[in-house]
Amino acid sequence: MARDLDVRSDVSSLPRPVPRPRKPVKGNRTGAGRWTPWLYLAPALILLGGLLVYPIYQLGLISFLRYTQAQVSGGQPTAFVGLDNYDALFKDPQFWQVLLTTLLFAGACVVCTLAVGSALAVLLTKVRALPRLLLMFAALGAWATPAVTGSTVWVFLFDSDYGPVDKTLVWLGLTGFQDYSWTYGRYSAFALVLMEIVWCSFPFVMVTLYAGIRAIPAEVLEAAALDGASAWRTWRSVMAPMLRPILLVVTIQSVIWDFKVFGQIYVMTSGGGIAGQNLVLNVYAYQKAFASSEYGLGSAIGVVMLLILLTVTLGYLRLLRRQGEEL
Amino acid sequence: MIRIPYVRIRRPHRLAAEASAVLIALVVAFPLYWMVLSAFKPAGEVQSLHPKPWTLHPSLDSFRRVFWQEDFGRYFLNSLLVAGAVVVLSALAAFLAATAVTRFRFRFRTTVLIMFLVAQMVPVEALTIPLFFLMRDLGDAVPGVGLNTLGSLILVHLAFSLPFAVWMLRGFVRAVPESLEEAAMIDGASRARFLWQVLFPLVLPGLAATSIFSFISTWNDFLFAKSFIISATENSTLPMALLVFFKPDQNDWGGIMAGSTVMTLPVLVFFVLVQRRLVSGLAGAVKG
Repeated sequence: MARDLDVRSDVSSLPRPVPRPRKPVKGNRTGAGRWTPWLYLAPALILLGGLLVYPIYQLGLISFLRYTQAQVSGGQPTAFVGLDNYDALFKDPQFWQVLLTTLLFAGACVVCTLAVGSALAVLLTKVRALPRLLLMFAALGAWATPAVTGSTVWVFLFDSDYGPVDKTLVWLGLTGFQDYSWTYGRYSAFALVLMEIVWCSFPFVMVTLYAGIRAIPAEVLEAAALDGASAWRTWRSVMAPMLRPILLVVTIQSVIWDFKVFGQIYVMTSGGGIAGQNLVLNVYAYQKAFASSEYGLGSAIGVVMLLILLTVTLGYLRLLRRQGEEL
Repeated sequence: MIRIPYVRIRRPHRLAAEASAVLIALVVAFPLYWMVLSAFKPAGEVQSLHPKPWTLHPSLDSFRRVFWQEDFGRYFLNSLLVAGAVVVLSALAAFLAATAVTRFRFRFRTTVLIMFLVAQMVPVEALTIPLFFLMRDLGDAVPGVGLNTLGSLILVHLAFSLPFAVWMLRGFVRAVPESLEEAAMIDGASRARFLWQVLFPLVLPGLAATSIFSFISTWNDFLFAKSFIISATENSTLPMALLVFFKPDQNDWGGIMAGSTVMTLPVLVFFVLVQRRLVSGLAGAVKG
């Protein structure tokens, strides 16, 4: 597999994309050709229009309506209530708490995932084929594991009665972990979910960065080694700057994934923890809409989520543009 | 003269690095090992206060319970059907779209591209509520895609996986030399013929890399399966079925682990099959 993962040739132009020459104008060769690209695009655009663009409009619309079980069943007409849903949401201290929790939790997940992923990517470059193969395969396994099964397995590992983790900790002399319930306390439950998320999302970072490091010319790294640079120094002053475009992509992807985490929290803390102590925005919106039938309010939360992630995306696009990336 | 001390200093470093790599690999693999192990343990050993990292009496009891009592086979087929349909349909639509944006110059081309990029970033989970109502209304008009049907899941995941698939395939389509197209045209091949008989086979490896993302995101989906399949439990997919084993204070851990194993296995197999394409695909997408 070591050879399979060699993508040197594919990413050799990564650090500074060379602008490619413009292609000759095509599609005008025949009269009918003008519409050909749109014909090709049609299935994708229709699907995205119907199932992505239209629902976004609907989401905004519902967030301005009074929309509860009575309206769904047709018992009462839907009524336009302006910003009432947002007003109720912003006056609800629980919303602000959930928002803050989501930001902090997603931030912690991103930082840990990137730290573990990049450390292991560097480690992979320092070992021979067999250990590298082992670590690659283990990581691919974690990567492939569905969020729901990953969650069930981690909950079982940390189970207070039958899980091996508590037993091992006690055996190591940490008697405080005798029958310790990880999901009971707010922070220990978040720590458990965080570990699971890092476990299943570091492989993406590791594999992508490893491919990027392999693309760095060997002379550069050799020069750093000859100058006596430590591993940390090589990373900070040589690798990280050269890998900036890739680091940017994996960071943004991690931010987006971790901000909207649902399955892990839902499964591991049974729908948001005791008295909602482990709620994050996505689970909160789901509970409001589908458990309490407050569809208007749930949509308002969805709009807030959408806006936050849109800001992240726009920032990402600007960065891409500044780096002179050609679309 | 310089090399000898260099190697001497490096060797313990490398051994330490390799030891930690192996150790980390074991830690990373441990949850999966424990899952499979617990699935094969007899009931008494799974719910034991002194869990052992091995079993001397492997049994299929948990799997039997999962498949016979809980009809897991049906949910497995449902999941497979949904993920399979999404993989095939999104590959076709994404291939056409990627061809359009890489091999043609036309007005709004960049706009369309940026739209795909932004669409890829949309937190689809935020759209659960409008999509729920959309599926409800659609179900009245078109049978087979309403709430409680597998069609509704296929449709939404098709839309969700498209933007990323297009974005990733771009690199693969662009890698096919232009001269090939010109040669085909000179030989008198029609555009459709070139598309399906020349370009498509050449891009197939890229489609494999792309398809793994569509497959995994669909196979793993929990939120939409939970929101859309409300009453028709015969149309449930695996994640929902798995949660049946969670009972207050009396979790059937053997069953949960057997079900988890069944659900994880196809993804693992798929991953191993396309892993060689995966990294180059990712690199291609990153390169843009």
